[in-house]
Amino acid sequence: MQILIAHNSKEPIYEQIFHQIKKSILANELPAGYALPSMRNMAKDLEVSVITTKRAYEELEKAGLIYSVVGKGSFVSEQNIEMIIERKQKVIEEQLSQAIKNSKEIGLSLDELKEIMTLLYEEMD
Amino acid sequence: MESIIQFTNVNKAFNDFAIKNLTFEIKKGFVTGFVGANGTGKSTAIKLLMNLLQPDSGEVKVFGLNYKDHEKVIKQKIGFVYDDHVFYEHLTLQEMKNLIQPVYTQWDDELFYKYVEQFQLPLKKKKLKTFSKGMMMKASLAIALSHHAELIIMDEPTAGLDPVFRREFLNLLHEIVQDGEKTIFFSTHITSDLDRIADYIVFLHNGELIFMHEFYTIAEKYVLVKGGLDLLDPDTEKEFIAIRKTKMGFEGLSSNKGRVMQLFGDLALYETATLEDIMFYTKKGGEKGVSIS
Repeated sequence: MQILIAHNSKEPIYEQIFHQIKKSILANELPAGYALPSMRNMAKDLEVSVITTKRAYEELEKAGLIYSVVGKGSFVSEQNIEMIIERKQKVIEEQLSQAIKNSKEIGLSLDELKEIMTLLYEEMD
Repeated sequence: MESIIQFTNVNKAFNDFAIKNLTFEIKKGFVTGFVGANGTGKSTAIKLLMNLLQPDSGEVKVFGLNYKDHEKVIKQKIGFVYDDHVFYEHLTLQEMKNLIQPVYTQWDDELFYKYVEQFQLPLKKKKLKTFSKGMMMKASLAIALSHHAELIIMDEPTAGLDPVFRREFLNLLHEIVQDGEKTIFFSTHITSDLDRIADYIVFLHNGELIFMHEFYTIAEKYVLVKGGLDLLDPDTEKEFIAIRKTKMGFEGLSSNKGRVMQLFGDLALYETATLEDIMFYTKKGGEKGVSIS
């Protein structure tokens, strides 16, 4: 598992941790049942406070991505992964529809739109 | 969550300074940073916490016990980490240990030597007066950990230490709180240390508590606003703890992030307020009302 923290980012550190773990879970890099490091251990490795990792884990739990067993730790949830991906795809479809609508308004062709998207997609890697 | 330290309406007055109605709690298993400008009462509060001073009114409880009936029990479980004064300078660390060991019922010799080795401290070759500040800090911490202190109190532990040592020291604190059983309470005004370790912040100003929060909520509540002077009028100025005005515009601190961002919208610039900003503006706001120049 890889987590990179930017201390000078505007995004709070617990959100950075939340998003990166979420991404790893949705990409199936962290399979269901995977045992996450303890909050205290992660805090030490990332050189952040325990309350920060605690908040990140709480948010992940709220989102149904992980679950905790008292005394044993936190694990990646089994259920829902497909549902989450499906939900995410729906959001993507909606966002793309909006982009297509905007493109049509200014007469942008499909090829031109694809070109913009390819550029942006590659930029983000 | 269990409270390790409880201050309830604590008052303590001196000729020119007073701790006023101080109430806060420190949670078990976490690191709490104690901040405030010089002369705001941090050291007095720590003395009250250690029973070196007694409150005029109010109550200080440690591990849920009061000092009047349980001083011995409390003191056994506290490790006070300090960089000087506590040790006899002409002794070596070994001699110092021999002197301290009988005081503590839970002393663990094996643990002590383990830390001495880990911290690379000279046991017999050097007298304590030749120790650097960093070495003194480590020696003091080794002793605190060797009597299984559950509460570690430190007064300005990183002041005067170089950045390399400070990072090492903070890593050590991370290790100490790994089991969730030990609680750390330390005063500092090196606010960058707090970013890496503090779970909670207790902020004192003029002997009064300004806030006690989870560290991350500071960024959610406070905001530094910058904008043109035309945005200010008696009403909008009320939103700020203090405002610094120049010909170029203003910069002000607000503790109501959501509201000021709604109020000024795109007309102003917003920055995350650091603890240093909060300390600066709280002090200036208290001295001169809202506006400072």
